[in-house]
Amino acid sequence: MVLLKMIFPLQRRVRLAQGLWLLSWLAVMSGAFTFCLGVYLKTELLRRAEVMDNTEIHVVPNILMLVGLASIGTNWFAGRVCQDSLDVTRFPRWKPFLLAWFAVAMILCFLLITSVVLSYALQGHLEESLKVGLRNGIRFYRDTDVPGRCFQKETIDRLQVELRCCGNNNFRDWFEVQWISNRYLDFTSKEVKDRVRSNVDGRYLVDGVPFSCCNPGSPRPCLQYHLLDNNAHYNYEHQSEELNLYSRGCRQALVDYYMELMNTIGPGVLSLVFVQISVLLSLRYLQTAVEGAMALEDPEGESEGYILEKGLKDTFEEFKANTLNLLKLGQINPNAEEDGDEKAASS
Amino acid sequence: MVVMKMKFPFEKRVKLAQGLWLLSWLATMAGALTFTLGCFLKTELNRRAEVMDNTDIHIVPNTLMIVGMASLGINYFAGKICQDALDAGRFLRWKSFLKPYFGVSCFFSALMLLSVIMSYIMKGNLESSLKIGLKNGIRFYKDTDTPGRCFQKQTIDRLQMQFHCCGNTDFRDWFEVQWISNRYLDFSSKDVKDRIKSNVDGRYLVDGVPFSCCNPSSPRPCIQYEITNNSAHYNYEHQTEELNIFIRGCREALVNYYMGLMKTIGAGVFPVFLIQGSVLVSLRYLQTAMEAVTGEENTEMETEGYLLEKSLKETIMEYLDPVLTFFLLNQVSDDSTGAEGSTPTP
Repeated sequence: MVLLKMIFPLQRRVRLAQGLWLLSWLAVMSGAFTFCLGVYLKTELLRRAEVMDNTEIHVVPNILMLVGLASIGTNWFAGRVCQDSLDVTRFPRWKPFLLAWFAVAMILCFLLITSVVLSYALQGHLEESLKVGLRNGIRFYRDTDVPGRCFQKETIDRLQVELRCCGNNNFRDWFEVQWISNRYLDFTSKEVKDRVRSNVDGRYLVDGVPFSCCNPGSPRPCLQYHLLDNNAHYNYEHQSEELNLYSRGCRQALVDYYMELMNTIGPGVLSLVFVQISVLLSLRYLQTAVEGAMALEDPEGESEGYILEKGLKDTFEEFKANTLNLLKLGQINPNAEEDGDEKAASS
Repeated sequence: MVVMKMKFPFEKRVKLAQGLWLLSWLATMAGALTFTLGCFLKTELNRRAEVMDNTDIHIVPNTLMIVGMASLGINYFAGKICQDALDAGRFLRWKSFLKPYFGVSCFFSALMLLSVIMSYIMKGNLESSLKIGLKNGIRFYKDTDTPGRCFQKQTIDRLQMQFHCCGNTDFRDWFEVQWISNRYLDFSSKDVKDRIKSNVDGRYLVDGVPFSCCNPSSPRPCIQYEITNNSAHYNYEHQTEELNIFIRGCREALVNYYMGLMKTIGAGVFPVFLIQGSVLVSLRYLQTAMEAVTGEENTEMETEGYLLEKSLKETIMEYLDPVLTFFLLNQVSDDSTGAEGSTPTP
């Protein structure tokens, strides 16, 4: 029972070959486009690599780049095959490669769909990674004299200014760490001594934030320190003040940014999947139709094209049997030595 | 006296026509590029229009856009003319068109060269425009409740953060204006009253700057207020402190940015001018060479091509004559036949 049989007169075969040639070039360009999207996404992730704890999310752009390159080669090959398909003398040399080609094309489609699924599934991982990365960034903000951490301050400042965010969850994260280095604290002053004594770890904690949290959209010059003290500033109520600082946390800002990026990339990737599947199906029809025509007495007559020779179940059984045979040949079997010699003599 | 005469055998004429066709397409694309560059420059100037006092500098992108559009038309016609050039019959219909065409083309080519020159010499104009615009921006920084000026604060803040600059000439410009609005000053406090009494106009002046002047590269949390007071902050000397706030003035930053942009664009448009010039010169040679062929039996004979039939001065007079007669006719003259009412009026 043949799967999805279609009749192919000569004209239709010719049209199919021409259409497939154009489609394969379209698929090559889509592959290149996917590669570029992968490179772009990787660059964007690397830009903020300092506030990410791990690189698990990089699997998405890596897959896109790999599949983009592979599909360029695969579809170029498909173009060559269909160029030779209408010439009876040149087509047979491609026959042994076609099965492998179909397998590779299906793997590529599968990988592309996986990458789209992963870009949604890994959102939780991304958020965790950012949570830890930002927490470290805020903790080491003051260590501008420690080698290896001296750029944390600049990184966090630029991040907060560019993404218009403050802190990890919100601006209160800054109240819980000492972000002013001891080098700039006068330990002889009463105020400093009081603050340092008032908590267990001897840290200088303030209810203040760095300047990079300031919102330029505020009508008032930025209030950075004594944020929870309404009396410290004239005409100020911290409960109702919304515009003074950025209200969004940087973790939320970064997750939103990357999710938006991946949502934009998603449709482009899915269109490549669609194109690749069309190329695959067209090439299968072309292969079966041309092989059918070559078997006929009149090579320009009508032939049948199909996707699978037997039904889906039968093809799967056959595939399983072939695989088991291959595995059996590899097994050590005293009887197989004689069979193996025979097979070697006949191949 | 012919200007720049050249001999054109038949083969050379054919090669000239083919070369000109390719060159005209190249020039068309170059003209489109010029138009795009003009649009880009105009967009960039408009983005910072709020800190510019006048729009004189916009003459550069406007000229580029006009010249870009014009060159599309000029080169389109050049392509069509040279396609017809080798066929003596079809070439005839272009004859009356060519004289005004060359006049217009030379005008726009000169305009292109002028735009390139202007993109280099308009620095002073841009600088004075920015000086006034920034001065106003800093003066009206506190007026976030005044309609029409309420966005000055946000504009100046974003400008300083983006261009890594502070103030007009430098950060001291902020010491000379009151940039903190009276709405946020407690007039019952001693400090405020002292400061206001200490100057003639009753302004609240501080030796402090807005947060947007802060430099993220500084190893120390930003010191915004009491910048010139060394004892107000621990381990601080304002004379040697360089990284705390941006030391560059915004005027210098913006001038450098725009001059860099315009110089690059000028350097890109100059080759376009050369290509356009070569298109016109080639077309002129082709026209004069083909005109010598018309009416002859042997169309494959050798002819002469030249740039100008008469000398440069005479040619200019020839072009200006119609313009001058037009004006002369309108002059009131004693011995004119005005009584007969035959003086044409426009």
